[in-house]
Amino acid sequence: MSFSWAKPYEPKNPLMRWLDERLPLPRVVYGAIGGGYPVPRNLNYFWNFGVLAGIFLTIQILTGIVLAMHYYATVDGAFDSVNKLIMRDVNAGWLLRYAHMNGASFFFLVTYIHIFRGLYYGSYKAPRELVWMLGLVIYLLMMATGFMGYVLPWGQMSYWGAQVITGFFSAFPLVGEPIRQWLLGGYAPDQAALTRFFSLHYLLPFVIAGVVILHIWALHIPGSGNPTGVDVKDEKDTVPFHPFYTAKDGWFAAAFLLFYALVTYFAPNYLGHPDNYIPANPLATPAHIVPEWYFWPFYAILRSFTVDFVLPAKLWGVLAMFFSILLLFFLPWIDKSPVRSGSYRPVFKRFFWLLVIDVILLGYVGGAPINARNVALGQIGAAYYFLHFLVILPLVSAFETPDPLPNSISESVLHGEKAEAAPAGRKARRGGSVATAG
Amino acid sequence: MRIILGFIGGVFAVVLLISLFSNLATYFRAPPAELAQSVFHREPKEVHFSSDGPFGKFDKQQLQRGLQVYTEVCSACHSLKLVAFRDLKGLGYNEAQIKNYAGSGQYWKTEVPSINPDTGEPSTRKALPSDNFPSPYANETAARAANNNALPPDLSLITKAREGGGAYVYSLLTGFQPQPAELLKRFPDAKTPPNLHYNPYFANLNLAMPPPLTTEGQVTYADGTKPTVDQMAKDVAAFLVWTAEPNLESRHAAGIAVAVFLLFASILGYLAYQDIWYGSKRAVRVTGPLEPKNQARTRRAKAKQGVAG
Repeated sequence: MSFSWAKPYEPKNPLMRWLDERLPLPRVVYGAIGGGYPVPRNLNYFWNFGVLAGIFLTIQILTGIVLAMHYYATVDGAFDSVNKLIMRDVNAGWLLRYAHMNGASFFFLVTYIHIFRGLYYGSYKAPRELVWMLGLVIYLLMMATGFMGYVLPWGQMSYWGAQVITGFFSAFPLVGEPIRQWLLGGYAPDQAALTRFFSLHYLLPFVIAGVVILHIWALHIPGSGNPTGVDVKDEKDTVPFHPFYTAKDGWFAAAFLLFYALVTYFAPNYLGHPDNYIPANPLATPAHIVPEWYFWPFYAILRSFTVDFVLPAKLWGVLAMFFSILLLFFLPWIDKSPVRSGSYRPVFKRFFWLLVIDVILLGYVGGAPINARNVALGQIGAAYYFLHFLVILPLVSAFETPDPLPNSISESVLHGEKAEAAPAGRKARRGGSVATAG
Repeated sequence: MRIILGFIGGVFAVVLLISLFSNLATYFRAPPAELAQSVFHREPKEVHFSSDGPFGKFDKQQLQRGLQVYTEVCSACHSLKLVAFRDLKGLGYNEAQIKNYAGSGQYWKTEVPSINPDTGEPSTRKALPSDNFPSPYANETAARAANNNALPPDLSLITKAREGGGAYVYSLLTGFQPQPAELLKRFPDAKTPPNLHYNPYFANLNLAMPPPLTTEGQVTYADGTKPTVDQMAKDVAAFLVWTAEPNLESRHAAGIAVAVFLLFASILGYLAYQDIWYGSKRAVRVTGPLEPKNQARTRRAKAKQGVAG
């Protein structure tokens, strides 16, 4: 699809030739993730997380389908079907559930690394704006799916999480409360809400899979980016996806799954909240209602608005929280710097790491109990978040002088071993070695 | 567009700063009063169970003693709804023993709600191994009526439903004590109300449950272990770790197998990756011994030394 030197598919055995002439599916796969997709040769390990996200989506769908066979979507049966039937009586049900529970966390973890990779290396810039935006659509769908999945065991946090999150809509004047009741099918989360959450929780992963296909399709038009951000110039700059990146993704996936397995088998409840092992009780509010960890930064932004300034504080919080994700759709046009890779952008790089620290701070605040100190930290963190994307980034991209870029990818791989490959200046050499540090 | 977005960002930042100042102003004008529970609440005691750690296994003797404490003490008020009698084979009992435990009336006393086959009236029958542990009260109302309006929680998942797990249960059971004089001096309003009991391991310090384990020898252990209050508390806590996570041993065993497998897969995968990329790196970096230039150099050096090949 992307480059003239991409190897065309040549079926070796007659069956594949027969199939290829009628339905060129093997050809599509070969061109997408086989030997027919030339990939920059200098990718570092941050480029492994897209494939990992795909692996976790698959794990979630497979474990989820089997769990759904044993789950009862009723307010009286849900908690016991999870904690008695699945955890005790179904063969290896405990494994399916813990794999699914922690699989969600790891899916978000790899997705966050994938997103921050994109932020640092400018993966959202032309010609990959649609890849970025489709990725954000996937992320929004993941958030909806993750939230509804957390409601299904019908524990205390499930119930009160559903109460709080659907309560966002009631912040909007006039239309808010009717919308909330329409979404829940009642005044509070109950049977109607649980049944529809289950239905949507089963549906959305397949929608995600569909958008993933679009995401990969859009990626394959310009081809993968790379740590230097320099465009591929000729065949020397690329290697075929298979076997080079299948091998690299393969071993790294095994190593990352080891990490996932250690958590799943030896600390399966570490990332969860103990309150979700208490059955849902609409009459007893938990002391601290917190969502799953992957929502904490946004929860912190929501809770940071504590003053009714023109609009009610709750409405400010909800608007800011939604906008904190929506603004990412504008990123390709906010950051106008022609240099993609943060490695060659000395000012951008510093602010990028400040953003990473800021999001981690917001995550900490979102999961911590409310007190004056945490709220103040959250307010500073949230203000920086908006200033970073909406004020600092446009200014940096306008005024920054980027370091010199290497002339080509294959030159940057040499990192100064040969005289003819020496980058144009001292700074670029430093940048080049950072870019290929993986 | 960037100007509009920058304006929106600025508005959010300004509102956040106003919130920050008002938050700080409130804090310094009227610092929040300290609460007794934030000063006197204690984290669970350090206690070790054989099921701890990645290689942890249950001590079946201890679980059996814990079951005995649950049966003779806790089960008077607390249900164990998610556990079936047949699950007790995980404690090392055989089928006959389980049947005897559930249905002989000698050990387990509470009967299972049933219907009289002749009249259709509600009645009860002896428990079978296939039954779940029957609850001490017919419903929540009955449970509250019998306990000053407090509801004894179901214990099946209690060690997963509380921060600290087994250590929390152990600490709570051994943590009952008179209210410290210092607490009353600093917080005169925080005196433990009547019908509640002071316990620093409980989140709000005052617990409706009276101390359940009070005297040594409250139960008589069949295996001869000395039934001190500490021992009974530890045993029943270990038992409740088991009820919450009966598959812990298979989980640990499977986890070790999976970890070893993935470790080997990673190593083999890494070697394969190195092998596949070796040639490709050589194509860019003129360093490999098989590079034609280097091979020619080797040949020349060998010829010079008079070595054949």
